[in-house]
This record gives sequence, C-alpha cells and structure tokens, in this order.
Amino acid sequence: MLVTNLEIVPGQRIARHLGLVQGSTVRAKHVGRDLMAGIKNIFGGELKGYTELLQESRDEALARMREQAEAVGANAVLNVRFSTSSVAQGAAELFAYGTAVVLEGG
Amino acid sequence: MDLIVFLVLMLLGYGFGQWAEKRHYRSIREREARLRRRILLVQSRYPPQVGGGHRSQLVTGSVVVSVDYFKRFLAGLRNLFGGRVKSYETLIDRARREAILRMQEQALGLGADQVINLKLETASIYKGRRKAIGSIEVLAYGTALVPPAAAGA
Repeated sequence: MLVTNLEIVPGQRIARHLGLVQGSTVRAKHVGRDLMAGIKNIFGGELKGYTELLQESRDEALARMREQAEAVGANAVLNVRFSTSSVAQGAAELFAYGTAVVLEGG
Repeated sequence: MDLIVFLVLMLLGYGFGQWAEKRHYRSIREREARLRRRILLVQSRYPPQVGGGHRSQLVTGSVVVSVDYFKRFLAGLRNLFGGRVKSYETLIDRARREAILRMQEQALGLGADQVINLKLETASIYKGRRKAIGSIEVLAYGTALVPPAAAGA
C-alpha cells in the first residue's frame, strides 16, 4: 500500500476515490519516562524516550489508517496529514488521516 | 533551604543548557551543510517534471526537546513584561531543524534524491507546572522521491 502526502502520484491515475481514512492512538508515558522528563526539564535537551514513544505511536496510527484503507479496498492513501494533541497531563494523541484511493496504470 | 535548591537548579540549568545548546547547534550546522549537497528539499506540492519512474514514499522525522530550568525562569520573567521570548525561540528553532534533518537522513537511507511537500507540525506535549511549556515535539514529514536506478538496487 502506497502512503504519501502528495495529492497525485506521478505516472498513475486515480481510478476511484474512497473517502477519508484515519487512524489514531492515545499513549501515556510510564512513570520512569516521566521522571526522566522531569530531570531533563532542569537540564534541557532532547527527551529521547519521548521521541521514540511518539514515533512508535505514530507508526501505530499509520498502521490503523492503512488497515482502514485496506478494508475499503484502496491500494493507496494520498495527502496524508499528521496531528498531535495532548489530551491530558501525560498523555498524547497521535492522529493520521488521508484520502483512500484506487490507483491504476503505471 | 528553598532558595539554595532554586539557585542550584538555576546554575545546573544554565550550565548544562548552554552547553547542550551550543553542541546541538554545531551538530545541526554540520549536518545541514553535508545534506544540502546530497538531497534536495522542495516545498512544492507537486513533483517536478522529471524523467519519471520515481518511486515515492512517506518519510518522517521527529524530535522532542525540553527547555532547561534557567530558560524557563527567564521566560517566566518575560511573561511579566511581554516581548520576545528568546529562550524559547532557540529551543523551537533547534527542534525544527533537527526534525527536518532526521527526515532527510531517512530519505537518504532510502536512496532518495529529493523530498517534496514538506510539512511541519509542532505540539507541546508535556506541560510543566503552571502551564509552562515543558517540552515540545516537532514532526517533519514529506514525500521522498527515489530515482529508478536507486529503487532497483
């Protein structure tokens, strides 16, 4: 399955448009990581644990979006966007959405 | 007692924060100079008219950075008077450039020669006490175009 944030795919034609597909996940950090973040808040610098965690969560959101696209019979998701919001203290929502399409030709 | 703790935290934040920031900026500049020659970053939404046969793939780069105690204190003071919060400007600037660099590195790993339709997103994910910005996440994403020669290899 092709996932891209372009609106068109060079050399291929959009045969069918299947509407919006989306995937999201809400993750919380465990106490150890929160503690590390507290320490880093004094020294400054990158929070590697959080970077990894958010990256994992984003992959999860993308995977869910892919599943949904497969379920509607698409072979590509175009114009993918990401969005992040902190829903509560210590928890973040990662959201991915795009347009499911059937591509033809090559 | 509280004052001592506060002063120690301030000193630690100032020392380590400045050191880490200088080191980070140096690394960012080095990598930017290196990548600029190898991979083209285009803001355009549509691929340039190339020979065709390019394979496209979504690439992302993200980073979470935290502000240090000293800078947070400075920013707190700024909140009283208003004006530019310089200490946060450098934080966000560093995060953004780092995220773009990571995305480019991923694209380079795929053998891409350009990345188009770059989008940036910023979120504050950890709010410290009194709603102050604790740390921010920056995500950069775009479409990597892999030339046919590299895709086959």
